[in-house]
Amino acid sequence: MRTSPLPFVRRVEQALADPVLRRNMAVGTSRQRTHRLEAMAALPGADALRNHASRIRAHTLARLDEYLEQFVAAVRARGGTVHWAATAAEAASIVTTIAVGERARLVVKSKSMVTEEIGLNAALEAAGVTAIETDLGEFVIQLAGQHPSHIVAPIMHMSKEQVGALFVERLGATPEEVVDVAAMTAFARRVLRERFLEAAVGVSGVNFGVASTGTLCLVTNEGNGRLCTSLPRVHVAVMGIERLVPTLDDLGVMLDVLARSATGQALTVYTNLVTGPRREDDADGPEALHVVLVDNGRSRVLGSELAEILYCIRCGACLGACPVYDTVGGHAYGSVYPGPVGAVATPALDGLGPWTELPHASSLCGACRDACPVRLDIPRLLLLLRRQTVEAGGSPVWLRLALRAHAALAVRPRLYRLAVRLAGRVLAVGARDGYIERLPGPLAAWTASRSFRLPARRTFLDEVARERRKVSP
Amino acid sequence: MMLAMSPTARPRRVQLFVTCLVDAFYPETAHATRRVLERLGLEVAIPPGQTCCGQPALNAGHHDEARRVAAHFVDTFAPDPAPVVAPSGSCVDMVVHQFPALLTNDPARAAAARDLAARTYELSQFIVDVLGDDEAAVPVEPSLTYHACCHGLRGLGLDRQPRALVGQAGGANVRPLDEDDRCCGFGGLFAVKMGPISSAMLDRKLEAIERSGADVVVVTDASCRLHMEGGLRRRASRTRVAHIADVLDDRV
Ligand code: SF4
Repeated sequence: MRTSPLPFVRRVEQALADPVLRRNMAVGTSRQRTHRLEAMAALPGADALRNHASRIRAHTLARLDEYLEQFVAAVRARGGTVHWAATAAEAASIVTTIAVGERARLVVKSKSMVTEEIGLNAALEAAGVTAIETDLGEFVIQLAGQHPSHIVAPIMHMSKEQVGALFVERLGATPEEVVDVAAMTAFARRVLRERFLEAAVGVSGVNFGVASTGTLCLVTNEGNGRLCTSLPRVHVAVMGIERLVPTLDDLGVMLDVLARSATGQALTVYTNLVTGPRREDDADGPEALHVVLVDNGRSRVLGSELAEILYCIRCGACLGACPVYDTVGGHAYGSVYPGPVGAVATPALDGLGPWTELPHASSLCGACRDACPVRLDIPRLLLLLRRQTVEAGGSPVWLRLALRAHAALAVRPRLYRLAVRLAGRVLAVGARDGYIERLPGPLAAWTASRSFRLPARRTFLDEVARERRKVSP
Repeated sequence: MMLAMSPTARPRRVQLFVTCLVDAFYPETAHATRRVLERLGLEVAIPPGQTCCGQPALNAGHHDEARRVAAHFVDTFAPDPAPVVAPSGSCVDMVVHQFPALLTNDPARAAAARDLAARTYELSQFIVDVLGDDEAAVPVEPSLTYHACCHGLRGLGLDRQPRALVGQAGGANVRPLDEDDRCCGFGGLFAVKMGPISSAMLDRKLEAIERSGADVVVVTDASCRLHMEGGLRRRASRTRVAHIADVLDDRV
């Protein structure tokens, strides 16, 4: 799950000090926001559709066991093979074993977050199998030795100049081949086409699995997904166990909101429905289809207070909407899943232990909740995780003491007023025309960039109390 | 006007929850809130036992402390049946959306909290939606722009109401603000715990405010005001921050 060995503060520092990243994030996210809002505004009954999509997710998760059984039976009935993976390592080893068994030296992959989650590329490399990312953004990320910084736009943080330089340096592209985005895309396509023909195994994620038919739905904009799932001899589809919808009708509802929320498109350029491997009368398609169902913490989350996070359909709308994400970018989160959704999903799936900062990486402004097509209440879940951190003793001592004292005073109004007066007097010592420019301890973080206003000499409630005394001595 | 109430339903009396930040940092805004309500013909009760809504503790994940403060709030305001009005969208959001869940293990108080949640309003929301008066503002001198504070906007749907009042007060002198619904980076503890991110968010907000060219940016929350004002002062800006109550009281 972890994408960087650096501690959170260092990652944030790095991001904030990177002007190219800052600019690209600001431009990329604001474009994503505008496109989403326009697409949603043009969709009749958008709010009702989002409610419907949310209910479908709630319903599916409430009966996930039944739908999983249905789905597995349907996949098998169509000739597919189903594998269950309890952990990330197990999932990676299942896929690796299939690739090795097929004597594949090369595996082509279409964009998938769950394969990032299970660390598939590293596992394949370790077994001597080369994995090639075929989504253009993922291809660039792999070449740069990085992780995606956005769940639908993996290289949002990079400039086209950076990508061009990478193509020149790593792939020997000529200056003409990287002169603009179109040229770079054509160049990458030439490089990738050859690999598609060489690969014995294609690996994909799954956007939705349809329980009633065993259909796998994959959406892409580049057509690479379709090549990965149809050209190689074997197709391995990796999916989180929560990615089901009951029926094809339900799938329709999800597709109505997914692309609009992700990129502002009414529908992605390619919507692939894969039902079983190639049949006798099919013109093409793989000889074998494997579906790897990944749990990796999901069934535990399903039974917990955080279950709602499994509603997520990975559209990335909450990333584009978030003023923290658009300021620091995805890598600062240090997790495969960045942004508001990642700040919940990461500690939910992986345990809060190594991830206590993430639930605090939010001002709780609520923009993510407003953007989410399935109405996930991310701020509520962030607050829950903060509570769990406190309950596990993870709150700093100064804060614990301060809040305990605050609560003890807040229920004793007279003492509270006295304390406010005293605090004002103490602060006034260090003030100049009503403001303090340097606070001590943890509060120094405030005065690093902001003056701190001094409390008033007399508070309103003290004033009101004086009036009362005057009126009735 | 669709929410205008019949004369008998129009409240004659309100309880003012001044909020801890307005009380301590902006007492003049508290006086303004009171005067505005009185000018609108209301009797304003100020329960003397009031302190805070408990938001700092809740946002930090300290639910036990938040619950204690919430219980005190309920005990202070619930006995009087008059509506509660506060010059803060975020404290009202706390009462309306967090109290009932926070107090579930205390059934008597939870019931009182639900009752309070149904009659607690932010100032501009109360004026426009409950009193049905979207002409309560008087024209003011300086040019204005409006920043939509997050919890009011996304928690309470507070938007049309303050904008109507600001529009009326500023007239032709209201300037548009780029990304006016974008968080200023305050977020309570966030401003300290995530200081560098919070500062970067504030910079983007303040640049937009300065670009608007307005003399005054109007907000509905003292917390955002403390934050933006602290930043504007640090950059020696001429732009001021005012609370909507100050605008309604013609003191900007
Ligand atoms: S939480 Fe909602 S908005 Fe964010 S990625 Fe998931 S579905 Fe999209």
